[in-house]
Amino acid sequence: MTNFAETFLPANIRKHPALFWGGSALIAIALAALPFVLAMQGMAWVRITNLALIFAMLSLGLNIVVGFAGLLDLGYIAFYAIGAYTYALLASPHFGLHLPIWVILPIGALMACIFGVLLGTPTLKLRGDYLAIVTLGFGEIVRIFMNNLSSPINITNGPKGISTIDSIKLFGMDFGNNTSIGSFVLPGLIKYYYFLLFALMVVIVINLRLQNSRIGRAWEAIREDELAARATGIDTTKLKLLAFAMGASFGGIAGGIFSAIQGFIDPTSFGLTESVMILAMVVLGGMGNIWGVIVGAVLLSFVPELLRYTVEPAQKALFGRQIIEAEVLRMLLFGFAMVVMMLFRPAGLISSAVRKRELSQHQAPKEA
Amino acid sequence: MSLLSLTNVEINYGGIRAVKSISLDVNEGELVTLIGANGAGKTTTLKAITGLLKPASGTITYSGQNVIGTPPHKLAAAGLVLVPEGRGVFPGLTIEENLQMGAYTRNDRAQIKVDIEEKFALFPRLKERAKQTAGTLSGGEQQMLAISRALMARPKLLLLDEPSMGLAPIMVQKIFEVIRDVSKTGVTILLIEQNAALALQVSARAYVMDGGSITLSGESKALLANPKVREAYLGEDVVAASATAT
Repeated sequence: MTNFAETFLPANIRKHPALFWGGSALIAIALAALPFVLAMQGMAWVRITNLALIFAMLSLGLNIVVGFAGLLDLGYIAFYAIGAYTYALLASPHFGLHLPIWVILPIGALMACIFGVLLGTPTLKLRGDYLAIVTLGFGEIVRIFMNNLSSPINITNGPKGISTIDSIKLFGMDFGNNTSIGSFVLPGLIKYYYFLLFALMVVIVINLRLQNSRIGRAWEAIREDELAARATGIDTTKLKLLAFAMGASFGGIAGGIFSAIQGFIDPTSFGLTESVMILAMVVLGGMGNIWGVIVGAVLLSFVPELLRYTVEPAQKALFGRQIIEAEVLRMLLFGFAMVVMMLFRPAGLISSAVRKRELSQHQAPKEA
Repeated sequence: MSLLSLTNVEINYGGIRAVKSISLDVNEGELVTLIGANGAGKTTTLKAITGLLKPASGTITYSGQNVIGTPPHKLAAAGLVLVPEGRGVFPGLTIEENLQMGAYTRNDRAQIKVDIEEKFALFPRLKERAKQTAGTLSGGEQQMLAISRALMARPKLLLLDEPSMGLAPIMVQKIFEVIRDVSKTGVTILLIEQNAALALQVSARAYVMDGGSITLSGESKALLANPKVREAYLGEDVVAASATAT
C-alpha cells in the first residue's frame, strides 16, 4: 500500500502515515454512514446523492477528454445516452432480453468506445471551437436518433422511452428491492449508493493511474503544443483517439448504471443542457484535477436540489409569493457562478498544477 | 555516407507548389545549413523531412531508407528529431518535465536521469529553474530548453528550424555557440536559418533556397565569399556580423 500512497498523495501527507490512515478511516466511515443520515431527511436525498455519484463518474470521463487531452467535447452526453440505451435494450421487456449486468456493462462501454472513436477519427485535425461545434452536433444527432428510431423498426421506442428496465443484480442480490436483515431493512437506493461509490472509486483509481502514466504525460504534451508533442515522438493520432475512447467508455458505463437505477429512460435525459452541465462540473471543479472535478460534480448536482427545496419557501416568507421559479433561478445562479469563477479562480475550485501554471503564465514577465 | 538525402522533392502547400524539385544531402556528423528569405520554402522542406507533410513527388531517404509516408513519431523514435520554429517548448510544464518529455521514446530511466543532469551542467540557467514552468523563461532560454529537450531523445539527426528567430543579438550568439558545441559531440545537424551570416559561419556546407528552389550550394566559406550571397542575404550586415561572431 505504500506504493499507492506514494503515487497518489502529496508529500506532506505521505510523511505522516498515521494522519493519512486516520483521515482515510474517518472519510470511509463518513461515506458509509452518509446514506443513512440522508435517508432520515427522506429517500429523495439518497436518490440525489446517487445521481451526484453518476455525474461524478461522467465528469471524470469527460475530464480525460477535456482536462487531460485538451479536446473540447460538447457532445459528451451522447456516450452516456449510448450506454444507457444499450443497457435498456438488453435488459428490459422491450426486446424481451434480460442479460446480466456483467455482460451488459462491458457491451455498453464497448459501444460508447466505438462511437468515441467514430467521433474522434474525423475530428483529429480540429481543435478548440471547431471541435466543439462538431462534437455538439454529434451529441444532438445521437439524441435525435434515439428520439426517432421507433419506426420503421422500433428500436428505441422514440420519445416514449423505455420503461421497466431491469435493476442491477449481483451475487444473487437485487439492487432494486429492499433487503431485510432481521428487523433491519436496507433500502435498494442505499444498496445502489454503495455500488456507485465502489464504481466511482474504481474510476478514480484508473484516472489517477492514467494521469501519472506515460499516456497521461503524452496527453499533457499534446494539450500544450501538438507540433512539439509530435516532434518528441508522441503518436498524437493514437493518443487523441485513446482519450476519446476512454472518456466515452466511462460515459457508457455511467449511462448503463443510470438506466438500471432509474428503471426508465427517454431521450430528454440526454440533451445539450446535460452536456453543458457536465462540462460545467469539470470547469467549475478544476479542469484536469480529479478531486476538483468530483467536487464540481457533487456541488452542481446538489445545489439545484437545495434550491428547489429552499427557493419557494424563502420567497413566500419574504414576499408572500413566489416571484422567480427555482428552475429559472438555478440557471441564473449557474451563469453568475461561472462568471465569478472565471474572474477569480479561472483554473477551477481545486485546480490542477499545470492548468494553474498555464493560466498564470500570461502575467509572468518575459524578456527576449 | 549521407544520413539524409532528398532527391527531386516537390511539395505542394496550401494549393501552391511551395518547393520545386529540390535535392540535398546531409552526411553523417556534418553541420549543414539551409538559408533563404521568408517564404523560400525552408520550413515546408523541413516539414516534409519530418513527416508532417507528404511531398508530391521525389524521394527522401534517412539512414538509407525511404521515409516518405512514415509518421513523425516513428521518425522521432528513429533519431530524426525536430526543434520546431519559434518556442517549441511545453509552456505549462516545468523545465524538468520538458526534458523528461524529450526522452519520451526512451525507457532507460536511469540513463534519462543522467542525461538530464548533463543538460543541466551544459545550461546552469536551466538547472536553477528546473521546477519553474518553461513559459516563464526568456525567449533565448526557451530555445536552449527546446534544443536540450531534442537532445534528450539522443538524435542522430537534429533539425533546427530558425533557432535565432525573435531573439536578442546576444542570445543569437549564444544559441549558435550551443549549436556548434552540439555538432562537435557528433550529432548531425540540419540548420534552417534566415540569419545567413551566422549560419554560414557555423556550418560546413550550405544550401541557399529561393522561391522554392535551391539556387546555390557548396562550402559555407565559399558561399560567404560569394558576391551573390553577400548581396542578397548578408547585405551591409556582413561586416558587423562577422566582427561580433567569434
